[in-house]
Amino acid sequence: MRWSKLLTMAAIILVIAALGITAAVPLPVFKDIAWLPWGKEIILGLDLQGGVHVVLEARDTPENKVNDETMKRAQAVLERRINETGVAEPVVQRQGERRIIVELAGIDDPEQAVIDLIQPAYLEFKNELGQTIITGADLKDAMEARDPNTGQVEVDLTFTPEGTKKFAQATTANVGKPIGIYLDGQLLQNPVVQEPITNGQARITGYENLDEAHTIAILLRSGALPVQLEVMEKRTVGPQLGQDSLDRSINAGIVGLVAILVFMVVYYRIPGLIADLALAFYALIVLAIFIGIHATMTLPGIAGFLLSLGIAVDANVIIFERVKEELRTGKSIRSAIDAGFKRGFVAVFDANVTTLIGAAVLYFFGTSVIRGFAVTLSIGILVSMFTAITLTRWFLHLTAATNAVKDPRYYGA
Amino acid sequence: MFNFMKNRKIWYIISLLVILPGLFSMVTRGFNLGIDFTGGNLVEVRLDRDVKIEQVRTVVEELGYAAARNIQKSGTSDYMIRTRELTEEESATLISTLEQKVGEVNLLRNERVGPVIGRELTMNAIWALLIAAALMIVYMTFRFEFKQGVAAVTGLLHDVLVVMGIFSILQIEIDSAFVAAVLTIVGYSINNTIVIFDRVRENLRTRKKGEALEDLVNVSLWQTMARSINTVLAVLFVLLALYLLGGTTIKNFVLALIIGVTSGFYSSMLTASPLWVDLKLMEKKDNKHREAYSAK
Repeated sequence: MRWSKLLTMAAIILVIAALGITAAVPLPVFKDIAWLPWGKEIILGLDLQGGVHVVLEARDTPENKVNDETMKRAQAVLERRINETGVAEPVVQRQGERRIIVELAGIDDPEQAVIDLIQPAYLEFKNELGQTIITGADLKDAMEARDPNTGQVEVDLTFTPEGTKKFAQATTANVGKPIGIYLDGQLLQNPVVQEPITNGQARITGYENLDEAHTIAILLRSGALPVQLEVMEKRTVGPQLGQDSLDRSINAGIVGLVAILVFMVVYYRIPGLIADLALAFYALIVLAIFIGIHATMTLPGIAGFLLSLGIAVDANVIIFERVKEELRTGKSIRSAIDAGFKRGFVAVFDANVTTLIGAAVLYFFGTSVIRGFAVTLSIGILVSMFTAITLTRWFLHLTAATNAVKDPRYYGA
Repeated sequence: MFNFMKNRKIWYIISLLVILPGLFSMVTRGFNLGIDFTGGNLVEVRLDRDVKIEQVRTVVEELGYAAARNIQKSGTSDYMIRTRELTEEESATLISTLEQKVGEVNLLRNERVGPVIGRELTMNAIWALLIAAALMIVYMTFRFEFKQGVAAVTGLLHDVLVVMGIFSILQIEIDSAFVAAVLTIVGYSINNTIVIFDRVRENLRTRKKGEALEDLVNVSLWQTMARSINTVLAVLFVLLALYLLGGTTIKNFVLALIIGVTSGFYSSMLTASPLWVDLKLMEKKDNKHREAYSAK
C-alpha cells in the first residue's frame, strides 16, 4: 500500500465531487464573472425552454408592395439577421398573406432584439443635390471595428465590384463636397470627400460602443427589408417539446446514464470504476464549455452531446480491451496499461479525427439545426480525447502504483 | 470460431432486404413530412381553465392533425397548436373535440403558416453530408487506404438508407429533429467502422505469408467483438431508457437513433468489412488478368 498515492486519488475524487456540486448548485461568488461557467445556467432553445413568439405584419413602402415575392425576401433577411446574432434554431415562418412569425429563445433582452430585428436598415449615400449615388444593395460586407489610432468605434463597409465603380465615380465627381450617409432616411454623417475613393471602402463612425456597431453591421450585412414590418403581438411560449415530456425524458436519460456507469464497473472492474470517474469529469468539462461559450442547447445539440458521450465511453472500452489483451500475454499491470494505451490510442485518434472532419464540414456548410449538432459534437469529441488519454491513463497508473490491487483479475483479465 | 467473411453474400442480401423495400417506399410514397417542412395551420385556443398540456396533445394526436411536439403552452390557458393543413371541416372538428374533452374553447386564431425548413435548408444538409463523406474518404485514404475509406462511407450510407427507408415504410412523421438523428447515426457509424479497420490495419502489418484476406478480417472482427458489443450496449442503454421512460415528444427522434445505431453496429462488421475484402480481391483478379496478358 502506498498511502501518498491513495491520498492523491482521494483528492482527485473530492475535486470532481466539488466541481459537480458547484455545477448543480450555483454559487453566487462567480455569478458576475462573465467567462466563468459556475453559477450560470445553460441557455436552452425553443424546444427545451420556449421563448418569445412575435407576430410581424408587413406594410407597403413607397418602393415595394407587399406580395409573395417581397414577403419571401423579408423572411430571408430576417433569417439572416437572426442567424448572424447567434440565436440558435429560431422559427421564422410565414403566416397567412402578410404576416411573419418569429420565435426566439435564449436572449437576455427580447424587447430590444425585436426592435433591432425589424429595422429596415436601408442605407443610402447622397450627394449635395440629394441624389442617391449608392445604396445598401451595393454592399458586399459590413464589419464593426475599432480604429487602432483614435480608438473610436466604426462600421467598415466594403462595396461589391459594381458598387466600387459607382462609389469611385461619385467620389471623383464630388471632391471637396460632402456626401451624406443615410440609414432609414436619417442623416448619420455628412463627411467631405478629400480625394477619390477607388478601393470600394467606406466607414461610418459615431457609435457609442462595439455592441451598437455590431448590431448595425449585422443589419447592413443581411440586407435591407423590402417592406416595413410592425409588431402585432408578442408573447412568451412554452417549450415545443412540452414540460411534462421533458421532465420524463430527463429522468429517463439519468436512468440510462446510470446503467452505463454500472455496466462499466461490472464488466471492467477497477478500470471501469476509473472510467466512470473520468466520464463524470468529462461531462463536467463539456457542460462548463457549453456555458462558457454561451451555446444554446436544443434537441439536436443534445444528440451531438450524446454521440460524443458514446464516443467517450467507446474510447475507454477500446483501451481497456487492449489492456486486457496485454495482461493475458503475461505482462505486468503497469506495462500492460502503457502498451494498451499506446495501441488503443491509434484507433481512438483516427476514429475521432474522421468524426471531427465530418462535424467541421457540417458546421461550415450547414444551417441552424445542423450547426447546433456540429458544435456540441466537436466540443464533446475534443474533450473526450483529452479525458480518455490523460485522465483515465493517469488514474489507472495511480491505482496500479498504490499496490492496493495486485491481482490482474481485478483489471478484468 | 464462426467465420463472418465466408458467407459475405448472406450479409449483403440481408442488407438489401431492408434497404430495397425502403428505397421503393421512398420513391413511391416518399416521406411523411412534418409541418416543419410543409407548413400547415396555426390554431390558437384559449381554454376556460388551466388544463394539462398532455390532455390537449392527446386530443390533437388522436385526430391525427399534429405531431406531439407542435403544441406549445403560452401563458396560463392559451395553447398554440401547429397542425398539418386543415380544411374548414377539420378545423371545426378540432374545436368541437376539444370542447368535448377539455372544456370551453375560445378560438383566438386559425391561419395558414408556411414551412420553417425550406427546400434550401434540406438541400444544404444533403450537400454538407456529401462534402463531409468525401473529406472522410480523403482522410482515410491518407491514414488507411482509399478502398477502406470507400467501404466505410458505403457502410455509413447503408445506415442512413436503413433509417430513412424504415421511416418511409412506416410513414412516421419526420421533422427537424430527424435531421439531427441522421447526422448522429453518420457519426456513430463511421466511428464504429474505423475502430475495426484500425485492427485490420494492424493485423496487415504482421500478416503471415499465405494468410487469406478473409481470415485476417475475420480475426480482426473477433478481436474487436467485445468492444463492438459493449459500445453498442452502452449507447442502447441510454436510448432504450429514453424510448421506454422518456416523454412522447421525443419518441420518433429516439426511435430513429435506435434503428440507426443497430444498423451501424451491423454494417461496420457485415457491410463495410466484407465490402473491403471484395474490393481488395477484385484488385487481385485485375493483377492476375494483367499478368496473363503480359505473359502472352
